[in-house]
Amino acid sequence: MPRIVEVREGILKKNDQRARMLRARFDEAGLFVASLVSGPGAGKTTLLQQTLQDLKGKCRVGALVGDLATDRDARRLAQTGVPVQQITTGTVCHLDAEMIERALEAWDLPSLDVLFIENVGNLVCPSSYDLGEHVRIVLLSVTEGEDKPLKYPTIFNTADLAVITKIDLADVAGFDRDEARRNIHEVRPGLEILEVSARTGAGIDSWRSRLQDLSAAVPSRQAQG
Amino acid sequence: MHELSIALSLVDAACEKAAALGDVRVDAVFVRIGPLSGVVKDALAFCFDGAARGTAIDGARLEIAEAPLVALCPRCMDERPLPSPQHLRCPVCDTPVGEVVGGRELELTALEVTDGAAHR
Repeated sequence: MPRIVEVREGILKKNDQRARMLRARFDEAGLFVASLVSGPGAGKTTLLQQTLQDLKGKCRVGALVGDLATDRDARRLAQTGVPVQQITTGTVCHLDAEMIERALEAWDLPSLDVLFIENVGNLVCPSSYDLGEHVRIVLLSVTEGEDKPLKYPTIFNTADLAVITKIDLADVAGFDRDEARRNIHEVRPGLEILEVSARTGAGIDSWRSRLQDLSAAVPSRQAQG
Repeated sequence: MHELSIALSLVDAACEKAAALGDVRVDAVFVRIGPLSGVVKDALAFCFDGAARGTAIDGARLEIAEAPLVALCPRCMDERPLPSPQHLRCPVCDTPVGEVVGGRELELTALEVTDGAAHR
C-alpha cells in the first residue's frame, strides 16, 4: 500500500544554505555585497563600470560578473583596475550560490569593502536564487518600456532597490517615468526607485550615496562603528 | 527558463529523502509553488520526467499545488489573498500591501512511497 510521507523543505534548500553561509562570510569580512539584475542590455555593465571607477579611490571594491558566454564584460570592468572575475555559466540562465562560492575561492574577502555581483541578463530566472548578497538591485532601462515590472513581477518584488537606467534617453524613447514608477509600486509597494544615466552622470550622486547608506547597514560594519 | 535547474534540485532533494526512508519506491512527488516563486508550473512539470530519468525516483509522478498569494494589509491589519502579483493591493480597501506572507513557496511537501523490496 502506498503511503504519504510529509517532507516540507525548500526545493532550493541547498542553494539557500550556501547563500546563508556566503552571507555570514561577507558579514564577518565586513564586506558589503550587492547584486545587479536586469534584462539583457539594460546597462548593468556600463553603470557598474562607472561605479567601480568612481568608488575605487574611496574604498576597496571588486566585482563578479556572470554571462552565458565570453569574458567581454569582465574585460570591460577590469579596465577600471579593480579585481574582477567572470563567471561563465554556459547554458545556465542565472547565477547560483555555488557559482559565487567557487568564483570567490581565491579571493581574500576581508581585503575588500564592497563587492558587486552582476547577474546574467535575465529578468526571470535569477529571481529564485539567493546569492548571499545583502541587497538585490533591479535595473530597468527607459528603452524597455514602462510595463516591464508588470510583466516580471517576481524579480521586482524580490528587489531591495530599483534603478531606472539610461534616463537621458527618456524623452527620445517616449518613456513615461510616472507610469514606470506606478508599475514598480504595483508589484512592490514602497520600493525605492532611483533614476540614473551612466553616460551623462545624471542621478549618479544619489546612487552613490544610496550605496553608501546600504553598505553601512552590513552587520559587522555597524559593530565597527 | 530555469525550471530544468529547479527540477534537478527537486529530484535531488526527493532522492535524498527517499534514500533516508530505506527500501521504498517513490510513486509521487508533491510540491507547492507560489506565484512569486519565479517558477512556472507547466515548465516545471515538463522538465520533471527528464530530470528524474535514471535516478532513484525515475517514473514518479509530479503533483504540483499552487500556493495562494497572501499579503498583510497594513490598513485592515488582516491577511488578504490577492488575485494577482501584478497588483499588490488589498482587495478590500485598495491599500498597497508591502508585506507578502504567502506566495514565495518553492517547496517539496511530501512523497508518496510504496514500501518493501518488491514494492507490493
